[in-house]
Amino acid sequence: MPSGHSPVSGRELNGRRFNPLPGLSITLGFTVFYLSVIVLFPIAVLLLRSAEVSPKKLWDAAFDAQALTAYGFSLWSSLAAASINLVFGSVMAWVLVRYTFPGRRILDGLVDFPFALPTAVAGLTLANLFSEHGWLGRYLTPLGFHGAYSRLGVVIALTFVGLPFSVRTLQPVLEHFDHAVEEAAASLGAGRLRTFVFIIAPTLLPTALTGFGLAFARALGEYGSIVFISGNLPSTQIAPMLIVTRLDEYDYAGAMAVALALMVLSFALLYLLNRLQQWSANFQQS
Amino acid sequence: MSRPKHSVRDPAVVKWILIVVVVVFCAVFLLLPLVNVFAQAFALGWSHYVKALADHDTQSAIRMTLLVAGISVPLNVIFGLAGSWALAKFQFRGKAFLLTLIDLPFSISPVVGGLLFVLAFGAHGLLGGWLEAHHVKIIFALPGMVLATIFVTFPFVVRELIPIMEAQGTDQEEAALVLGASGWQTFWGVTLPSVKWGLLYGIILCNARAMGEFGAVSVVSGHIAGQTDTLPLRVEKLYNEFDPAAPFAVASLLGILALVTLGVKTFLEWKSAGER
Repeated sequence: MPSGHSPVSGRELNGRRFNPLPGLSITLGFTVFYLSVIVLFPIAVLLLRSAEVSPKKLWDAAFDAQALTAYGFSLWSSLAAASINLVFGSVMAWVLVRYTFPGRRILDGLVDFPFALPTAVAGLTLANLFSEHGWLGRYLTPLGFHGAYSRLGVVIALTFVGLPFSVRTLQPVLEHFDHAVEEAAASLGAGRLRTFVFIIAPTLLPTALTGFGLAFARALGEYGSIVFISGNLPSTQIAPMLIVTRLDEYDYAGAMAVALALMVLSFALLYLLNRLQQWSANFQQS
Repeated sequence: MSRPKHSVRDPAVVKWILIVVVVVFCAVFLLLPLVNVFAQAFALGWSHYVKALADHDTQSAIRMTLLVAGISVPLNVIFGLAGSWALAKFQFRGKAFLLTLIDLPFSISPVVGGLLFVLAFGAHGLLGGWLEAHHVKIIFALPGMVLATIFVTFPFVVRELIPIMEAQGTDQEEAALVLGASGWQTFWGVTLPSVKWGLLYGIILCNARAMGEFGAVSVVSGHIAGQTDTLPLRVEKLYNEFDPAAPFAVASLLGILALVTLGVKTFLEWKSAGER
């Protein structure tokens, strides 16, 4: 958010900004209060409660065989889903921005559908579609494509949930893409494919990777759709499901341990994403 | 024009192949799941559909969903307006930290969000003993579900408003104040009208998420039929009961919610683009 130029107008007064608008103390006070109750206090409780458990026990619970399998599958399935979204999301953004064809606006609206549909419903209907008797499953299952109650099913659900992130991240950048660059390449004799591979794709790469990161982060935390499509098999257990399983067994220390590990993973990802966005901003300026 | 136009444009073959790929992908992957919800909901006929929705526990889930969203969305709107006013119109130390805190729920799994409140207010939680002694029930009850819903939805409104308020600056508000308007008059008469489409946009997204949230609410609700089940939780319960049509009947209500959300969203985008 903090950008080079501050949009807040205000006169310098003794080296301090003078801002005549009222209400800072009350709105800021309320903001801090709200964030404290909703975010800071609960996170502090998590840290406090996990400090009560011995570090050894916490570590063992966070990295036992069951947990490691869950992280492994969480990472693998999220990576797979984000990669599929990187490819299809990029093609979709390209088609939506560059081409005009009948039904383009409807398609554009449809992109947000996974965002508007509750994930439980997404999981329910996808599991049904890809199940043996479903509209897609009845043709795909005989071919060996088991899109429900399987690892593949989890990837399908995560792809569905993450799709808007990759399309919507890339779209505005593509819209503002400078056509002059392409024209220059073309007039210098570059063919369309060459222009795309050497001029367009490298420029879009940082943004595409940001979209990839957002879809990946979203997939890592997803739970609602997975409940329906995973079939509750040991092989399809993702990290958020493991937390719920342990909570159901009143294993609070075990649930906390996995939650902490998942949070560290998410924050590391968030940090990487921020760095990527900075890089991409610098990249676009130069 | 002798310029070789073809090389700034994609070849027509490429163009149409890409369009067909995208259209087919969207039809199979986005449209079909939606159509499937309604097809399965009505698979056993209209009367079965009506019966599934008229079920006592489903009716209770509808009321619970409306209640949870009805409490958490307005609270998030108040927070969104206060937060964006403070963060967009003023400069102060620690602003970047507050913005990071606001984005936090986007990077924390909803399940972890729910767990946080269980650890704080649950029977074995930090305040569990005290709450029980004072007969206050938060976890496995409405307050916990509202808290968990707010946790996953509060960034929507404030995140929508901050860039709009920043872009508008403070000139108009300053003018109103100089002309003698009070702080409240300035807010209601100047600030609010200029952010109204963005605000509605944030509200509609926030509401869709609040009504559809599964993970966080699932952890804190306790799944008490007829009491703490919301619509998404009710879908799961019916799904485990192996009635093929009933979970889809309930899901169809959430499908309608998604369609209305998309419709209003498109309208608001069109409206705000027109005013720009």
